[in-house]
Amino acid sequence: MTVIVAKELTTALAALREHADARLIQGGTDLMVEINFNHVKPTTMVSLRDIEELRTIRTVTSGIMTIGSGVPYSVLEGEPVLSAIPALAQASRTVGSPQIRATGSLGGNLGTCSPAGDTLPVMFALDAMIHLNTLDSSRVVSIHDFMTGVKRSVRQHDEIITAIDFPVVNGWQGYSKVGVRNAMVISVASACLVADHENANVRIALGSVGPTIIRCRESEAWLKSVHDLSAGQSISLDVASEFGRRAAAESSPIDDHRSTAEYRRHAISVLASRLLRKAYQ
Amino acid sequence: MSENEFYQLRVNGKTHQVQDSWVGESLLYVLRERLGLPGTKGACEQGECGSCTVLMDDAAVCACLVMAATAINSEIVTIEGITTESALTDVQQSFVDEGAVQCGFCTPGLIVAVHHLLEKNPQPSEFEVKEAISGNICRCTGYGRVFAAVEATIRSRNVEQ
Repeated sequence: MTVIVAKELTTALAALREHADARLIQGGTDLMVEINFNHVKPTTMVSLRDIEELRTIRTVTSGIMTIGSGVPYSVLEGEPVLSAIPALAQASRTVGSPQIRATGSLGGNLGTCSPAGDTLPVMFALDAMIHLNTLDSSRVVSIHDFMTGVKRSVRQHDEIITAIDFPVVNGWQGYSKVGVRNAMVISVASACLVADHENANVRIALGSVGPTIIRCRESEAWLKSVHDLSAGQSISLDVASEFGRRAAAESSPIDDHRSTAEYRRHAISVLASRLLRKAYQ
Repeated sequence: MSENEFYQLRVNGKTHQVQDSWVGESLLYVLRERLGLPGTKGACEQGECGSCTVLMDDAAVCACLVMAATAINSEIVTIEGITTESALTDVQQSFVDEGAVQCGFCTPGLIVAVHHLLEKNPQPSEFEVKEAISGNICRCTGYGRVFAAVEATIRSRNVEQ
């Protein structure tokens, strides 16, 4: 094995071009488990840990916060993310343990692209945009096009995820996750709900209940058709319950070692209705 | 760096040569087997248990999830760098006094995590203590005695001031 510790993005990008077998490593919280247990034995590793450029948070245009792919969750839990994108701060705080959050990052969540990735529902609910760079080109892809399946994305071998654009929405947003305990848990079901008061709409995205994160567009449209979603409205228990049922119907969970499809569907209906009630308290 | 190439790590304020190693080794393995620092314990090797907690650039991390060769630009502090052989730290003494050490396997990781917490936040709330050690699993104590030890340390530090 060869390990290349890049300090500049271009060094890492050049290494990817040169080595067709290279694997990227940021915090290592996913990949090192596979290496420790001999599930994978990469021949070339490119470490992104020391690339400062990937660890910045910027607000270039108003209304968009651009977060570097290597910013650790321990930073995303606090300001300025906590005020601008509270659901992302909440989701970040549910990742693993303090030790995992000190090194894990959005780039890792996107690179692994597991349906249980804690921050992915936040990206889906907020229509986040993913920046991908190669040595000589760059593109920006919607999160909806980025994730294509279980641990599959449109990222090409020579591309590095450099940053994620999050719209800063005026309204309420929240993230909830179900697991067997509070810490060190891979979610059984999760949901992120964003109530956009300016545009009077609600968006909800579900994690761990399908091959990709699921945006419940039919439930969103139904809610908009039966209810005024601008600020200051309140939501009845009946509407919230029906919204939960509809969101659960749009999920597509399976039975696996972590839970059953039936329980996951139930969990989604509870999470969705609770989040909606909280948004319009 | 490639197979069997030397590299250097900064551990407990000193520069160490890592040699005759496979470059894919975890920091946990390198600390214990290459650098003779066995205080950091290995248990789950998948970041679940926290027994290998070390400080890396002033953040508590699981050494099993760090590829050692990627840490060449980082400052690492292990349990050996926080404590001394001649006397117990106040955190260690509280763990002993409160019965927070039973089989002892999780103890080095917990001691590192608690030292780190109290350095960053000398007066943590009960919730903050729980969150700070939520990544350290102990199968003996049920955590009650660990929380008591943290509280005792805070009390003794408050008296000293």
